[in-house]
Amino acid sequence: MNGAWLTVLMAVPLVGAAVLAALPRRVAPVVAKQVALGVSLVTLVLAAVIGFAYDPGAGYQFSVELDWIPAFGAHFALGLDGIGLALVLMTVILTPVVILASWNDGDQGRWSVHSFFAWMLALEGLAIGVFAATDVFLFYVLFEATLIPIYFLIGGFGGPQRAAAAMKFLIYSLVGGLVMLAAVIGLYVVSADSEFGSTYLLAELQQVPIDEGVGRWLFLGFFIAFAIKAPMFPVHTWLPDAAAQGTSGTSVLLVSILDKIGTFGMIRFCLTLFPEASQWATPVIVVLALISIVYGALLAIGQDSIPRLIAYTSISHFGFIVLGIFVMNSYGATGATLYMFNHGLSTAALFLVTGYLIRRRGSASISDFGGVEKVAPVMAGILLFAGLSSLSLPGLSPFVSEFLVLVGAWQYAPWVAIVAVSGIVLAALYILLMYQRTMTGPTRPEVLGMRDLGVREVVALAPVLLLILGLGLYPKPLLSVIDPAVEDTLVYVDGVSPDSPDEAVTGTETDEEGDQ
Amino acid sequence: MDVTPFIALSAILFTIGCVGVLTRRNAIVVFMSVELQLNATNLALVTFARMHGNLDGQVAAFFVMVVAAAEVVVGLAIIMTIFRTRRSASVDDASLLKY
Amino acid sequence: MTVTMLTNALLVSTAGATEPPVVEPAAADGALSLLWLVIALPALGAAVLLLAGRRSDSWGHLLGTATVAGSFLVSLVSFIALLGRDEGDRSVGQHLWTWFEVGLDGRVFSADLALLYDPLSALFLLLITGVGALIHVYSIGYMALDPRRRRFFGYLNLFIAAMLVLVLSDGYLGLFLGWEGVGLASYLLIGFFQHKPSAAAAAKKAFVVNRVGDVGMVLALALIIATFGTVSFAGISAASSQVGEGTLTAIGFLLLLAACGKSAQVPLQSWLLDAMEGPTPVSALIHAATMVTAGVYLVVRSNFIFENAEIAQTGVVVVGTVTLLWGAVIGCAKDDIKKVLAGSTMSQIGYMMLAAGLGVAGYAYAIFHLLTHGFFKANMFLGAGSVMHGMNDEVDMRRYGALRAAMPITFATFALGYLAIIGFPGFSGFWSKDRIIETALAENWVVGVAALIGAGVTAFYMTRLMLMTFFGEKRWADEVHPHESPKVMTTPLIVLAALSVVGGVLILGNWLKDWLTPVVGKAEPHDLPVPVIVITIAITLVVAVGVALAWFLVGRREVPRTAPTDVSFVTRAARADLYGDAVNEGLFMRPGQRLTRGLGTFDHSVVDGTVRGTAGTFMASSSLFRRMQNGYVRSYALSLLAGALLVMVALLVVTIA
Repeated sequence: MNGAWLTVLMAVPLVGAAVLAALPRRVAPVVAKQVALGVSLVTLVLAAVIGFAYDPGAGYQFSVELDWIPAFGAHFALGLDGIGLALVLMTVILTPVVILASWNDGDQGRWSVHSFFAWMLALEGLAIGVFAATDVFLFYVLFEATLIPIYFLIGGFGGPQRAAAAMKFLIYSLVGGLVMLAAVIGLYVVSADSEFGSTYLLAELQQVPIDEGVGRWLFLGFFIAFAIKAPMFPVHTWLPDAAAQGTSGTSVLLVSILDKIGTFGMIRFCLTLFPEASQWATPVIVVLALISIVYGALLAIGQDSIPRLIAYTSISHFGFIVLGIFVMNSYGATGATLYMFNHGLSTAALFLVTGYLIRRRGSASISDFGGVEKVAPVMAGILLFAGLSSLSLPGLSPFVSEFLVLVGAWQYAPWVAIVAVSGIVLAALYILLMYQRTMTGPTRPEVLGMRDLGVREVVALAPVLLLILGLGLYPKPLLSVIDPAVEDTLVYVDGVSPDSPDEAVTGTETDEEGDQ
Repeated sequence: MDVTPFIALSAILFTIGCVGVLTRRNAIVVFMSVELQLNATNLALVTFARMHGNLDGQVAAFFVMVVAAAEVVVGLAIIMTIFRTRRSASVDDASLLKY
Repeated sequence: MTVTMLTNALLVSTAGATEPPVVEPAAADGALSLLWLVIALPALGAAVLLLAGRRSDSWGHLLGTATVAGSFLVSLVSFIALLGRDEGDRSVGQHLWTWFEVGLDGRVFSADLALLYDPLSALFLLLITGVGALIHVYSIGYMALDPRRRRFFGYLNLFIAAMLVLVLSDGYLGLFLGWEGVGLASYLLIGFFQHKPSAAAAAKKAFVVNRVGDVGMVLALALIIATFGTVSFAGISAASSQVGEGTLTAIGFLLLLAACGKSAQVPLQSWLLDAMEGPTPVSALIHAATMVTAGVYLVVRSNFIFENAEIAQTGVVVVGTVTLLWGAVIGCAKDDIKKVLAGSTMSQIGYMMLAAGLGVAGYAYAIFHLLTHGFFKANMFLGAGSVMHGMNDEVDMRRYGALRAAMPITFATFALGYLAIIGFPGFSGFWSKDRIIETALAENWVVGVAALIGAGVTAFYMTRLMLMTFFGEKRWADEVHPHESPKVMTTPLIVLAALSVVGGVLILGNWLKDWLTPVVGKAEPHDLPVPVIVITIAITLVVAVGVALAWFLVGRREVPRTAPTDVSFVTRAARADLYGDAVNEGLFMRPGQRLTRGLGTFDHSVVDGTVRGTAGTFMASSSLFRRMQNGYVRSYALSLLAGALLVMVALLVVTIA
């Protein structure tokens, strides 16, 4: 397998987007929808081929490296390791699902249906590029470029306050991006003095010795951008607004895929480029992650708007992911990476099924529903299933990841796990309260005529639900891809602190293995 | 050669032009004041060229004259148009281009 | 000072006890290699019933019953196969697949989904599939008129599958999978009548309270993994003696928290009474016979941890003792027949917990009582269901009375269950409760006396229930026509009644004790302060007092049709579930609601307010500064001049300085 694969994988949706955008407006919208679905399915097949050809444990694969801007050492460099592969797979799985589920959601937008689906495909292509980039400059450019499609998706096809929400999202992200730009420039300056000359290649930058003080500043530059993206407390307030105003499909793309770039960046760039600074910042970040977990969950309980509720649950879940990354042991980091994938699935299911619900009723307010189960049992069942996956019921995929994060947290420090574990109680509350208020009780007259889910809607969700169940009972295929890559990543942070908790624990573990 | 009188004249002309621009309302007069300033500058340029014994300053003066000529063409045309539409040549009346 | 003395008095001495046995499963072969089928059958049933939709409405209940009956057959065959093996060889493992694996090279943590079939799980298998199958049969009749009966059977099958995962798993993670699975099934079934807000609320409450218990489970798992590097019972039991007592105590208490949640023990007891909102077969199967006893199973299964953690064991005893009294007191004051039985369930599980906390001496008796209770309580719940079935779903005992003539079979079977629970000599409950009280008295007299009092209270509230339901004057409304239930419902009642009577044979010749020895270790004979016969007589006397008291207070008087309000403080407290809900509301719910509201405001006005404030600052300054762009050419010229002057002055200053 050579490097052209990844480039093609990235290019297919982008070309598809260009074709859609170029289609004359007189072409029927349904053609545009079919083209979009077709392109996303082709991408899915390509990615599946790549996934099967991927060799776990062999480091970066399908690498490509071309000079791009030699003046400051930027390359067009792509490559996949297990972490990247997992997220690319998540992206290509969710995009066709979202396209199918949002079949009619682009019809009343500010712009044409063509552009709605074109932006979705563009986002897919750019996201694949972000997860595959092995050059920091390329990553930065793509990282910022993903803002464009999502800005238009929120701003053009959503609720009444969509313009304000899109603007808030954009400015939030741009602020983070600019801070990161400063750090990216700083990396260039640092690398210029090193043996490699000026370079942005990740593999080379990882070997560049960075001065302690400088490293910490650069780390902060990256981390702030990723924390806004993720989003973490206290820079999270854009997410509920954006989720509440965007269509459900947009929210999936935003929360399930785009936000993962933040946590992906933490594990890919923060840990490997600035291991010392990561260790230095860990205590504060762990506390922030804990606050995110509890704070997001508590706010979710108090929400009346369904999409805002899901957005706050995501803030709680992102807290778990960040926690897993920064406890820096293999349980935590593997769990966190797996969590990114699983959270993508469960949140997608949750957003899409509530999207169906909201579209039917014309209101997103929980108090406008009641007793829907009676008239739409399939929808109720799927909502409950998605909700249970969100509250990490064992047997559904998010459980494994959340459990691993908690085990990792315990090994970092028991009190961290004790605080974090309160999240599972609160999760039960926010999900079941929502279910209770919308689905059970006497059926309200306003929802009496509600249709149950149609074939298209169920078909769109089915792959996600099957994956949630399948990976819940047998997550090994995914874990065997993720785990070696995570271990490779942890080598960087292990090196700087010989007495990290991970070492101490695995020590006893090895003993146990020996005993048996 | 003593440059002082020439420079002094240039400074006086420039100041007159300056005051003219700042105090007069009639667009034509303001325009003439600007020309006066330009010519004061030209005088200084030519004087210094003479002092240094090279042509750099004179070339610059030519540029200024050419630009000033072009400016007069455009500027007078604008003033004419404003006058036609507003029946006034006062610069204070043409204050629509603001915050 | 008194507290210390009390603690010392309560500290259960286990000195001299033998080391807990190590679990060493052999590979499954022969008939036992079909073990996975026990779980697979009901799981498949659940999948078919829940996915097939309405087209399976006509035969769904039959399929659901058939899968469980099949499971029971497999369990029976497996049990016979296990009986045929040598005593030291009765632990059989079957590896299904590796759930997940983390780590590289020599430091891999691997969570396997594997089955462990040993004497303990064998008993549970028979109980779950046996009683489960009977209750399925009963439900065919009980739910016959419900349009969603097919779904009900789907949920029941799901529950059976999950419960079997719980007791068959060979490690804590697999157990947790079943643990949450039964929690989910319980949630679905309590809230089965979803259109009733009270049912939906009760379902949610059960799930959330159980989640609080799960906190203990998850943390225990984390600590176990950190300490042992494995979650399998085999690995932990082999290494538990080398681990410090502090760690084991912590694990023990965390497991106890989990057990409290699932088994409705104080302080996580509040959900069980509300759970009676579910259909009655559910109360019988899940909230009496099987799921709620999972906590007891957990403690007994974790004997290798509790044996080395004396303080945690004491904790189990305290929880058990408090709950057995707590539940009994509640049972005395309720008028809702199902709630009386629910309080009784709590109380009986308290007995089991207490026995399990007594260590090697008590494990076998805990399981014994668990089995007999499974029989007689399921019997009585189904009997209550049968009564409700004939009484238009009326649950208030004050509207019953004199039903023994109208429903003779229900009355007869219920009466046998009643005799079993109060411990009438010869009935199953007599043997099992007797043994627990004896052991408790031998280990610690405070606990023993509490258990003895509990037996008296049990006799009181059960007699009260019997009298109010089946005896006395008829108090039901005229439009109610009590009638006996169909055969499909009475047959399970008869079978269960028979089991309630003869359940005591299990302990004949100490069979059950010897059977469980490979799992929980060999108990040394304990020294009783007085001869056994004295204790037995004492217990019987206390029970007789309880029955007599009920006769004088309830049987000889007119039962008012509405509950009297001028009652003592104790009755009021018991009617309010001893203020368990009030405490939860006051301590957690209302402050929690305030907190979420407060945080909502905080998030909007402080966190987002900062962001919007920053944006606002820029907006305000922009509107201020743009005023300078006033459109007057001359003012621009002036500022131009001022700027030029400023630059000149600056240049001069720089040149001079």
